[in-house]
Amino acid sequence: MAKTKDSGVEERPQWDNKIQYLLTCIGFAVGLGNVWRFPYLCQIYGGGAFLIPYLIALVFEGLPLLYLELAIGQRLRKGSIGVWNSISPLLGGVGIASMVVSFLVSNFYNTIMAWVLWYFFHSFQNPLPWSVCPLNEEHTGYVTECEKTSPVNYFWYRQTLNITPDIETSGSVQWWLVICLASAWSIVFICFIKGIKSMGKAVYVTATFPYLVLTIFLIRGLTLPGATDGLTYLFTPDWEILKNPRVWLDAATQIFFSLSVAFGGLIAFSSYNEERNNCERDALVVGIINSATSLYASIPVFSILGFKARTAYNNCLQDNILTLTNHFELPDQNMTLENYDDQFRYLQNKYPDEIAKLPLLDCNLQTYLDESASGTGLAFIAFTEAVIEMPGSQVWAVLFFIMLFSLGLSSMFGNIEGVLTPIYDLKLVPKWIPNQVVTGLVCLVSFAMSLIFSLESGNYWVEVFNNYVGSVPLLVIAFFEIVGVAYVHGMKNFSEDIYFMTGSKPSIFWKMCWMVISPLLLLGVFVAYVIVQAQTYPTYPAWNATKEPFPGNETLFYPNWVFAIIILLCVVPVVPIPLVALCRLISRAMGKTSTSARSDPNPYTNDAFEIEPQEPKHREA
Amino acid sequence: MLEKVFLLICLSSALAEQLCKPDAAEGYKVRLSIKTALDDQAYMWDDNEMFLFRSTVAYAMRRQLPGQQFSVPNIVVCNETARVSFWFVVMSPDMGSLIPKQQVEKAVRMSRGRINSAFMLTDHTLEFIGIAPTLASPYTPDTPPWLIVFGVVMGVVVAGIIFLVGSSVVQKKRKKKQKSTDNNAEVNEEHSAVNEGVYNMSFTDEERITRI
Repeated sequence: MAKTKDSGVEERPQWDNKIQYLLTCIGFAVGLGNVWRFPYLCQIYGGGAFLIPYLIALVFEGLPLLYLELAIGQRLRKGSIGVWNSISPLLGGVGIASMVVSFLVSNFYNTIMAWVLWYFFHSFQNPLPWSVCPLNEEHTGYVTECEKTSPVNYFWYRQTLNITPDIETSGSVQWWLVICLASAWSIVFICFIKGIKSMGKAVYVTATFPYLVLTIFLIRGLTLPGATDGLTYLFTPDWEILKNPRVWLDAATQIFFSLSVAFGGLIAFSSYNEERNNCERDALVVGIINSATSLYASIPVFSILGFKARTAYNNCLQDNILTLTNHFELPDQNMTLENYDDQFRYLQNKYPDEIAKLPLLDCNLQTYLDESASGTGLAFIAFTEAVIEMPGSQVWAVLFFIMLFSLGLSSMFGNIEGVLTPIYDLKLVPKWIPNQVVTGLVCLVSFAMSLIFSLESGNYWVEVFNNYVGSVPLLVIAFFEIVGVAYVHGMKNFSEDIYFMTGSKPSIFWKMCWMVISPLLLLGVFVAYVIVQAQTYPTYPAWNATKEPFPGNETLFYPNWVFAIIILLCVVPVVPIPLVALCRLISRAMGKTSTSARSDPNPYTNDAFEIEPQEPKHREA
Repeated sequence: MLEKVFLLICLSSALAEQLCKPDAAEGYKVRLSIKTALDDQAYMWDDNEMFLFRSTVAYAMRRQLPGQQFSVPNIVVCNETARVSFWFVVMSPDMGSLIPKQQVEKAVRMSRGRINSAFMLTDHTLEFIGIAPTLASPYTPDTPPWLIVFGVVMGVVVAGIIFLVGSSVVQKKRKKKQKSTDNNAEVNEEHSAVNEGVYNMSFTDEERITRI
């Protein structure tokens, strides 16, 4: 084997075993969205009824796309750019688009990781810093902003983000966020230091730990008072909601973004596989586990949100009880939560005028349950508030934030892989630069770019990136992917490839999906998405401490220059697709032959010497 | 003589009772929530507890106005309710005049902790309506705890990076040394086979059967 080394070709890295590969793909697909987006969608779209459009979207859109990406990566054994260049030079732009999107997404995604780290670092204190308001400077009372809203909101908006009233006021760089960002990027770097060798070992922890924590939270959550309120609220199906087209759109987009297709990461991961590997089964496993995780995660999330609602309701009632006890000079603790209703009715009949004058709160459990939260609002506000009320808060907080961090970290692996593998495949860096240096440089450049998000207006920018980079460009890329494979590469060639890899041709279901159903679905989702977005001028929720009425977010319009940046963010990742196609067409028209796919030898498959596919009896599947 | 003393006492107590009433100008309302604070270990509020309260307030007045010998009869209580709430006013030691509100407030503020602990209550469960509870200043350690955790995590990560990078550098050096000794041994054999070009994997005869 010494001859192999001397011939100068680097062996393509390989997974140590199948489990690593599956765990990496599952870790990439299962991310923060499974925990903080899916339960929210279930809640606002009528609980159990939402599962129907969700599962339909999974079967007809998610799984075919997933299978497609894993198959072409495994067959062509290159990252996203190399794969699309191999299929057709005109489609080379698709790979570049994937790479750009991966890079942009990894920037703001790691900022969220930095916030999670910040909260994690602060979970080792008693009392938890978001449970009490700090005193003002004269020590005469609490800080006004904190008193008006709540300690949890104050800690998030003021002490973590130090947020400005709108996106135009940028403020300065917050040093504490910078060092949290540095830690997040260092952790990503150390996991990637040896490429998939180190990453493959890291995923044993990062992909499995969230399930352990979710189970712990499930057990804890179900034993909390009020858990049943949350769960019944979540799962009570409201079948009427299925008539609303928004539901179908949101289900399709949720499945699509949840599976992390079109990033190029999945193609890169499967390119490190052996050639003959049952990618159909892998795709089914990854897709189903991803959806199952979403469902599994929504149970503890909603038990805890139900607990939070019940606690808030009880606190509201206790305030009323105190008001009534003090006013009517009733003995202490005569009026309790259990006999509140009876006693209140008695008092109301006896002294209706006095009751009317008292500042009694209107306590309604449904209002508290209706407070839906998703995204950072769920993790950093709703959940942290719930954790304060649980006995042993520090333990739960630490567990929760480690879980969020490992969920996000395993997704970051996919994003970074989507940036690194094309760099290696395109041979953009000379051979004498070791891989660690390239990885380090990518991390450093991303860190420098994500310093934008550590400005005081950083949260607004994360929202901009999240809503616009991580949405429209991906839909476009996925559409071109599926059309490229089904029509440019040809369904016949693709079936042959799959037969070579798995030993059996894809069934009629897959072919129908790839050729007709999924492209149509993607096109429909894209058009509907654009229409919905274009209907209203984009707005964003801003946190303004000096505005009345406070608390809450005020909705502001994006200023023009931000709107221009939004358009850029949607267009720039997608622009390589037509651009590269145009360039290649022009150079082909000029008679240059160097761009043909055959001239770049692919060291891993020599098409001139295609081995006849082995008989299916070799396959154990 | 004795009658005069009796008259004075009756008059003064009558006067005192007149002075102590709800919304009295120099009086404070006190509210206790014993059951809320102590749950199972709550004690019953009776005359003995009231005596203790009056004596603690007298103690507080003595501390505030040194030299003046306040005692239990100087603290006049009225309008006791089942809530456990009542009004009280403080009279001067000679039972002649009322002590102004501000003095009472200062006295209570100064000895609030002692009064609270006499009843095993807190600022929120033993309320003097009108005297705001003192806010406990939060414990601020010298180094914020989060920086300590950050330091630990980053220390581990940086140590790991240095170790991994260092070990791969050392490995490369070892490989180079081995290669040079290997080359010295095989230099005669491999003059043409080295530059084969791209290794054509189609001609490997490994049976790639997936293990699952």
